[in-house]
Amino acid sequence: MSTDTNTPLLSVENLRFRWPSGQRDVIEIPELSIQQGERVFIKGESGSGKTTLLSLLGGINLPDSGTIKLIGTDIAQLKQSHRDQFRADHIGFVFQLFNLIPYLSVLENITLACAFSKCRKAKALAKSGTLEDEAYRLLSHLQLQDRRLLAKPVSDLSVGQQQRVAAARALIGSPELIIADEPTSALDADTREHFLSLLLSECEYSGSSVLFVSHDPSLENSFDRSIYLSALNRAVVGLPADQQESAL
Amino acid sequence: MNLLLLLKLTFKSILNRKFTSYLTLFSICISVFLLLGVDTVRKEAKHSFTNTISGTDLLVGARSGSVQLLLYSVFRIGNATNNIGWDSYQKISAHRSVAWSIPISLGDSHKGFRVMGTTEAYFKHYRFADEQALGFKAGKAFSAVYDTVIGAEVAEKLGYQLGDELTLAHGVYDTDFARHDDKPFVLTGILARTGTPVDRTIHISLQGIEALHIDWKTGTRSRETVSAQNALKLELQPTQITAFMLGLNSKMDIFRVQRAINSYKKEPMLAVLPGLALGELWQLIDVAEKALLVIAVFVLLNSFVGLLTVILTSLNERRREIAILRSLGCRPIQIFILLASESLLFAIVGCFLGALLFLIATVLSHSILQEYGLHIPLSSFGSEQLVLIAAVIGVSFLVGSIPGYRAYKQSLADGMSIKL
Repeated sequence: MSTDTNTPLLSVENLRFRWPSGQRDVIEIPELSIQQGERVFIKGESGSGKTTLLSLLGGINLPDSGTIKLIGTDIAQLKQSHRDQFRADHIGFVFQLFNLIPYLSVLENITLACAFSKCRKAKALAKSGTLEDEAYRLLSHLQLQDRRLLAKPVSDLSVGQQQRVAAARALIGSPELIIADEPTSALDADTREHFLSLLLSECEYSGSSVLFVSHDPSLENSFDRSIYLSALNRAVVGLPADQQESAL
Repeated sequence: MNLLLLLKLTFKSILNRKFTSYLTLFSICISVFLLLGVDTVRKEAKHSFTNTISGTDLLVGARSGSVQLLLYSVFRIGNATNNIGWDSYQKISAHRSVAWSIPISLGDSHKGFRVMGTTEAYFKHYRFADEQALGFKAGKAFSAVYDTVIGAEVAEKLGYQLGDELTLAHGVYDTDFARHDDKPFVLTGILARTGTPVDRTIHISLQGIEALHIDWKTGTRSRETVSAQNALKLELQPTQITAFMLGLNSKMDIFRVQRAINSYKKEPMLAVLPGLALGELWQLIDVAEKALLVIAVFVLLNSFVGLLTVILTSLNERRREIAILRSLGCRPIQIFILLASESLLFAIVGCFLGALLFLIATVLSHSILQEYGLHIPLSSFGSEQLVLIAAVIGVSFLVGSIPGYRAYKQSLADGMSIKL
């Protein structure tokens, strides 16, 4: 791992991927890099390979060719178990909807990230002393100040609250990269702006880079840089809309 | 530590699906209970069956089949084809190898219980279970002609006390016109419970049998009746008995004496070893008993299929959850453990509850089963039951690995791309 600021946090080269059952590549990205602390918006229509790209970046799926380096480590070179551990340690995910484990409480959902990663647990403890305090600190930064909320089952929460709990889980233990996949699409316009600004400011506070994927161009102003996936991913070009959908 | 986390997740996930979980647990609990129950009942049935007679070296009756001889002389089921002469009995019991002999005379009954004529030798030499002798709960052995000793179950069912008078019936069916009502018997003893057919037997002396039938010819009462008092004055020497039991001085002599009896010239007789005859009889019953066990095993398998259905159905609902866990760094093998441990947990808790239910039922049914002559000791939960439970848990792991493997494959194929 390099702390050199010139080395990008994430760099992707000549990435190619197709699903085992697929007829053609769904991802073909010659180059993509994200600097440390950078906030990047990736705009992509549904079917442009967003989720597949995020799976690859997270090391859940492996590219057929090309390299993905996160903090200097080529994740394709890692053993599978190490790759899973690497993801747990360095990446926080926020998804579109149903981010939370339905049978766990708010607190258990947030600290689950620390259960899979010792180093994130250590970082969280260094910040607040206990995991519960750190979870509460993050939640109150995300404007969920009610401490009683921690013990509640997640089904008692509104969608907006659930997304903030998901954000807290992604942020706990300050992973280097936050990957957000349409986290605001289930929220109404007001909550959307609010959630985004809370997420981004908390990422800034903990020094995490953000990779934010959405089809909604109205959000892109809040980011340092925005990339159009259709321009980035050559595999999508020329695919008719219906085949794009089935390609995923 | 991670294993603990996974178990915690499994546990909470199960609790989250309370209703189906309880039903599944209930079905496993009942099948384990059934399996343990059937297994124990069949073992104890065999045990109690083979315990019916012990210490008797040879069982002798008129020539027929060994199973039939055993059935009527020991189990009081069915009737003898023929009687044997008193003189033959006298001759054989006087043989130098014979230590003791018990004559048996059957044919009468009392309110559905068989009457057996015998001698004091019966109370002295008859053994059941592990060489246990008959004991008296109350009273003593018969001494007078019209004395009777009854088994524990007879006393319990009919509510007899010492000193009560009993009217015996001729034949095994109690009908008005075939009662020996002119010669009532007095209850002098009640035997302690044995868990064998002895409990269901009414014992009188051979002289008593003779006195009853002194004025009976060919199955009906003759015109010239003899009163109970007058009968005592006559010679009550039996001329025939139904069967007899022999105890020999040495086990080495068994086959020699058996051969001597089987080739006895004056009368066709059959001598059998009770153990062998019991084995032969058990083989007949064995089929039903094995069928019962097979059914219990299938009931258990059926509840595992139910368990599998529940877990596989939930698997589809849990794809999202699995994708989240993967994104948090959960390894595919951990996903496997998460799903596989679910059925293991069901099986462990189900087995525990089933065993508990079994123990409770054993305690509760202790007295009920005894009425059917089944001795189920309270210590019947032993290593064999533990092996059975271990097998159930082993199977549950195999069953659980099916959804585990599916979830494992699914989590690899889905990545994070589950759409809802």
